Amino acid sequence: MTGIIKTENNYESTIGLETHLELETATKMFCGCRLSFGEKKNINTCPVCLGHPGSLPVINKKAVEFAIKIALALNCSINERTIFHRKNYFYPDMPKNYQISQYDIPLGVGGYLEINMGDYVRNVGITRVHMEEDAGKLVHTGSTGRISGSGGSIVDYNRAGTPLIEIVTEPDIKTPEEAKEYMTVLRNLLLYLDVSNCSMEEGSLRCDANVSIKPEGSDGLGTKTEIKNLNSFKFLRKGLEYEIKRQKKVLDSGEQVIQETRHFDNNSGTTKALRSKEEAHDYRYFPEPDLVPIIIGKDMVDAIRETIVELPEEKSRRYMEEYGLSSYDAGFLAGDSKIAGYFERCLDCFDDAKAVANWIMGDFSALANKEKIHISDSKVSPESLCRMLKMIAGGRISIKIAKTVFEEMFNDGSDPEEVIKNKGLEQISDSGELEAIIDEVISSNPGPVGQYREGKKKAIGFLIGQVMAKTKGKANPRIVNAIMSKKLR
Amino acid sequence: MDLNYLTAHDIKDKIKKKEISCREVTESVFSRIEEVDVSINAYIRLEKDSALKSADRIDKKISKGEDTCDFTGIPVGIKDNICTRDITTTCASKILNNYIPIYDAGVIKRLKSQDYILTGKLNMDEFAMGSSNENSFFGPVSNPWDTERVPGGSSGGPAASVAAGEAICSLGSDTGGSIRQPASLCGVVGFKPTYGLVSRYGLVAFASSLDQIGPFARDMEDCAALLNVICGHDSHDSTSLDAEVPDFKSFLKDEIKGMRIGVPSQLMLEGIDPEVRGAVNSALKMAEDMGAKVEEISIPNLEYALNVYYIIAPSEASSNLSRFDGVRYGFRDSDADTLRNMYKKTRARGFGDEVKRRIMIGTYCLSAGYYDAYYEKALKVRTLIIQDFNDAFSKYDVLISPTSPTTAFKKGEKTDDPLSMYMSDICTIPVNLAGLPAVSIPAGLSNDGLPIGLQVMGNVLREDNVIRAAYALEKAIGFKGIPKI
Repeated sequence: MTGIIKTENNYESTIGLETHLELETATKMFCGCRLSFGEKKNINTCPVCLGHPGSLPVINKKAVEFAIKIALALNCSINERTIFHRKNYFYPDMPKNYQISQYDIPLGVGGYLEINMGDYVRNVGITRVHMEEDAGKLVHTGSTGRISGSGGSIVDYNRAGTPLIEIVTEPDIKTPEEAKEYMTVLRNLLLYLDVSNCSMEEGSLRCDANVSIKPEGSDGLGTKTEIKNLNSFKFLRKGLEYEIKRQKKVLDSGEQVIQETRHFDNNSGTTKALRSKEEAHDYRYFPEPDLVPIIIGKDMVDAIRETIVELPEEKSRRYMEEYGLSSYDAGFLAGDSKIAGYFERCLDCFDDAKAVANWIMGDFSALANKEKIHISDSKVSPESLCRMLKMIAGGRISIKIAKTVFEEMFNDGSDPEEVIKNKGLEQISDSGELEAIIDEVISSNPGPVGQYREGKKKAIGFLIGQVMAKTKGKANPRIVNAIMSKKLR
Repeated sequence: MDLNYLTAHDIKDKIKKKEISCREVTESVFSRIEEVDVSINAYIRLEKDSALKSADRIDKKISKGEDTCDFTGIPVGIKDNICTRDITTTCASKILNNYIPIYDAGVIKRLKSQDYILTGKLNMDEFAMGSSNENSFFGPVSNPWDTERVPGGSSGGPAASVAAGEAICSLGSDTGGSIRQPASLCGVVGFKPTYGLVSRYGLVAFASSLDQIGPFARDMEDCAALLNVICGHDSHDSTSLDAEVPDFKSFLKDEIKGMRIGVPSQLMLEGIDPEVRGAVNSALKMAEDMGAKVEEISIPNLEYALNVYYIIAPSEASSNLSRFDGVRYGFRDSDADTLRNMYKKTRARGFGDEVKRRIMIGTYCLSAGYYDAYYEKALKVRTLIIQDFNDAFSKYDVLISPTSPTTAFKKGEKTDDPLSMYMSDICTIPVNLAGLPAVSIPAGLSNDGLPIGLQVMGNVLREDNVIRAAYALEKAIGFKGIPKI
């Protein structure tokens, strides 16, 4: 030991997220073209979304309703008068070379989303929720599929003009874990609203992050970088972790973080500089003269608020109050609209909510996770799950047997009645039948019987085990216990 | 009288009485085009074959006794910035030289529903930017009254074609005077309706908040009839007004007794040619004689109109014209090696000087750090101008001024001096900034034998007042000018 302890500088990170969501409306944001995914290239296009001369945009009312719904669910206040702006920049996927977006008067402002980190809860501020249009897709020809070295590029405008919602947070997120949780909660909420399929794989839900670090406890914020291409929960966390580490290294070496846009490469798990602040576009925003302001009256907001279903937070609270579920269980079930739906359908035919919750969160989730399918897509219907739960409650099968039965149900969609019948798994509760077996066990195990009678009460366990073995686990343990105790007295 | 110089309403009557046929009228128009367009250059593209075919079909329809509308079988020319499906629409620009629209503009659909006859696509200043029609990729248009002179712009083709008998009526577009100023210089009627009354769908945008399509005709009656065809709500244009459209012909009443006419002093200053002022004053005298009340008024913020316009219009244009990049349609410079160079070369070679000048002005005005000082401030002054007009229209039914400070000027006279060219629109620009309806009617000829135009302006959606005043003055002035070409 030299006595010199090298202290690493402690930093804290600050993260803000920008999420883009493609809405699942019937038609595009500013024209009557259908939305499409994976269709023949340029099939769903028209003069408007191809940016032909003389064409004009017309606002999709449904998209505005969806946007209001989202803004309300994120606790935003809705601007009574909201306008579109043009964001000007040249790129071949942008047919007009400007994007119709919103700028200084977005649809919704000043909201929040609560995230539960287990030990603590954080309200992540929502700066704004605004509407815009998506760009087309560039396909670079040639071997690599990347723009550098490709022979040419093909543009597919099917996606151009798809309604897009941008949700921007305050710099309230402190760790990559929180960022991941925010995205999870946000995605679940959006799924509840039924406005998008929220698929990160298909790109209907996309995420960029702004991240900076500063010495722990210090005021203000450090220089931020913007990270693009964080298009899965995993990449979001990994990308942020890498970038925070990178910034720490930069600062520790006495250098400065440069404000720039960086691209996350999911192969290497690193971020690379795309363009610096100096090279940043001047988008020359100005009010879109082809559109008139949208006036959103209180009546409209109220009507849309009416259409919002019970959201996770509220639902979770109700599960705790009505069914006595723990905060964790309620949160789990309410978090995912499809799981909540499944849970509630079960409650229509079986009223032991705790038992339902235990099964959904236990064996059912385990099997579904293993098969990588969603519970609501499994072969087990809520009705069939309930039939099984009733058998347990009625003492027809034990929990242990039920596990076997359920696996069968999960694998081939069998009905629990059939499984029991075919495999002869029904519990033996007939006391006459059980008495005979118990008598046999007592007479052939004088040792343990003697011990029991001498006061070693534990010995009954062994005797009951023998009964269970003889019945291949089908004996109703409660009844066996009762008869056995009586006979040993 | 030559059939090609008849008005649409005359033609309708004569066809009804079986005195003439659509084919005869159409042939007469095309033979006139063949005769004079070599020197006028009003047309970029002719649609003779399809026009004659349509004429025959319509004649058959009429002979069967089918109902006709005001513009059934009437040969109309269309400014080449209005999209016509399957027929090139070039905006008189190299960059759209080969562009064939895949859809019809809203106004074209309306004309087609009346079974009009399209003569062809009319010449203009490139992307409607100019006041002399000298900025066309297809060469300048000549004024039929003196082919050494300009017809005005940007709708030089639509104005000259109607004046020269190469079309019965035509459609143009007006962003800062592009209908009224050439109408004035060519001695025809040119009307810019209230902003939002005519669909802009299919009008290639120059400055979206100012652009408006309108008719050219040889008299107010045809003008009102054509307004009846083109005005009305269009769900494809969000800025289209959902107002009830009146029968504009019902305002053709030779009666302006008691009408209150204001004359903005700012539009009668020294910059206005004395002969032009004289013609306007004598028209105002006629109005007084007919019982109208004429008063001079001051509209203080008019002096900023030109400045405001040359910020707002180029700003919007810089964005509107960014879609012309060689990627999807139109001209592409093929010897570029990178995307960036393709954009640069396509646009450098595809656009003319005036268009580039305005794109640069507009890009500058919208840039970070300049937006507040230019665009934002211009919008504020625009609001002040609108308020000034509101005040004026609380006291007056219409405002009257010269349309253009001068009669037609010589070709090349102002091409090297953009600012003096911009001054040509000093009287017409305020109307666009406020979205008002206004018409230019011929007020007589100068000593040189050049037409002088008079502008009647009305409040928003008060086309009734504009038409009433213009119709009465048209009757009183009795302009019967046919250029000797």
